[in-house]
Amino acid sequence: MNTQVNLCGIKMKNPVTVASGTFGYGREYADYIDLNRLGGIITKGTSLKPRMGNPSPRICEVPGGMLNSIGLQNPGVEYFAENDLPWLRKFDTKIIVNACGSTIDEYVELCRILNKLDIDGVELNLSCPNVKAGCLAFGTTYEGVKEVTSQVKKVLTDKPLIVKLTPNVTDITLPAKGAEDAGADGVSGINTLLGMKIDIDKKRPVLANNTGGFSGPGIRSIGVRMVYQMSKAISIPILGMGGITNGDDAIEYMLAGATAVSIGSSNFADPETSIKTIEGIEKYMKKHNIEDINSIIGTVQMN
Amino acid sequence: MRAPEITKDAKPGQFLELKVSETGEPFLRRPISINSIDGDLVTIIFAVKGKGTELLSKVEVGKKIDIMGPLGKGVFEVQEYNNVAIIGGGLGSYPLYELTKRLKGKTSINVYLGFRDKSVVTCEKEFEEIGVNKLVIATDDGSYKEKGFAIDFMKKDIEEHMVDRIFACGPTPMLRAIKKYAEENNIPCQVSLEERMGCGIGACLGCAVKVKEDGNEVYKHVCKDGPVFFAKDVDF
Repeated sequence: MNTQVNLCGIKMKNPVTVASGTFGYGREYADYIDLNRLGGIITKGTSLKPRMGNPSPRICEVPGGMLNSIGLQNPGVEYFAENDLPWLRKFDTKIIVNACGSTIDEYVELCRILNKLDIDGVELNLSCPNVKAGCLAFGTTYEGVKEVTSQVKKVLTDKPLIVKLTPNVTDITLPAKGAEDAGADGVSGINTLLGMKIDIDKKRPVLANNTGGFSGPGIRSIGVRMVYQMSKAISIPILGMGGITNGDDAIEYMLAGATAVSIGSSNFADPETSIKTIEGIEKYMKKHNIEDINSIIGTVQMN
Repeated sequence: MRAPEITKDAKPGQFLELKVSETGEPFLRRPISINSIDGDLVTIIFAVKGKGTELLSKVEVGKKIDIMGPLGKGVFEVQEYNNVAIIGGGLGSYPLYELTKRLKGKTSINVYLGFRDKSVVTCEKEFEEIGVNKLVIATDDGSYKEKGFAIDFMKKDIEEHMVDRIFACGPTPMLRAIKKYAEENNIPCQVSLEERMGCGIGACLGCAVKVKEDGNEVYKHVCKDGPVFFAKDVDF
């Protein structure tokens, strides 16, 4: 039985990764699961300089999941390279750094540094809904994604580039095509959907930042639909995510066209979700006599 | 709950993350502070506030539940003192019980517990049985024992007899008042903070609190760096 997949040059032992922002730099979860079993780890969104993040409350629960507005709090790429990367490298898993910035220059400068690090790939975060400048500003249009991706491609010469896309658009295939046309090696999605929860007694939003990104099982059907649409529109591999809680959910994404998947906020509900997802995929393969997991990618038959 | 893996290392101030649903709704675990450790038994006390705590309140005796813990690196410091004041408000009284037990014999202890009214006073007997120097139970409306705020009774006693540590847990306005008082009087003070949590282990960075570090303001996290902080360090 083969569970290995090749996500735009990143050869993973299985298709299961953990999503950016839900797994820190891995240390917290190493007490709960064997990181060696993961196909890959997508790091916390990392910027050129340290970022303080947004005020509290930063998260709240909603039906089907949660809202977050962390604001990309991170210690910056230098700190990551010195303190977290050497530790992460001790594990037999692929390391993909989620890169975020506020301007094109910042993305380029950051990726110039990432290009020299001992990492397996870069996920370009063009879709964080919680940071005013940058990110989302580039991520919603064909032209915006194409522009920043092509600038980054010029400096990120030695690592595969995956562009993470936002679902907060009318047609996700347009930014996806922008990424492909600019030479991205893959795309990932979906990021969170912008939401808001109001405290009716205080008559104010619960989150200090007013709005936040909705994640959890409630967004899965949207993610599956968008991955399917992208898989029909582009030919580069897709890292699918959004509300995956187990192997069955992961299989849904793969049938829709994802080469690999990410476990996001379900890590919070159960730190073992990623491991259970790997086991669930294997169980599905046995049940359906599937020799190679690659044989199911994008094979959904539409009604 | 019988949980030897938890009780063997648990420290006063730490908390547990309890899975309340198998269906994924509600989605997140519920963080609840440890009230007491007795052998391999761990006790929590919580109020039914929403769907999660309601489900938790219906768990039957004998059933296994999924718990992460003990969590939190910031804990109450158990060591020798001369005099300490332990002050709790409402639900915040419960985590102070294990602390009081462990401080017994190491220092003179005054405990001040404030509640909204008589109907929510709990744990009085348990605190009494520890045998502290002084136990004050106060209700805001005077419907039980002393009338007034716990902090005012504490202040009055401290004016007569200085303490070398305050331990506090309770609603944020109460903790703010205690922080102010402790700073004005140069009393080292530890507070247990609450914030909306995601993962409980420091990965999601949800439960942020502003902390002064080497003169700079940074965000630390209640679940991992706390839940107990020195009051002078935190801006909440």
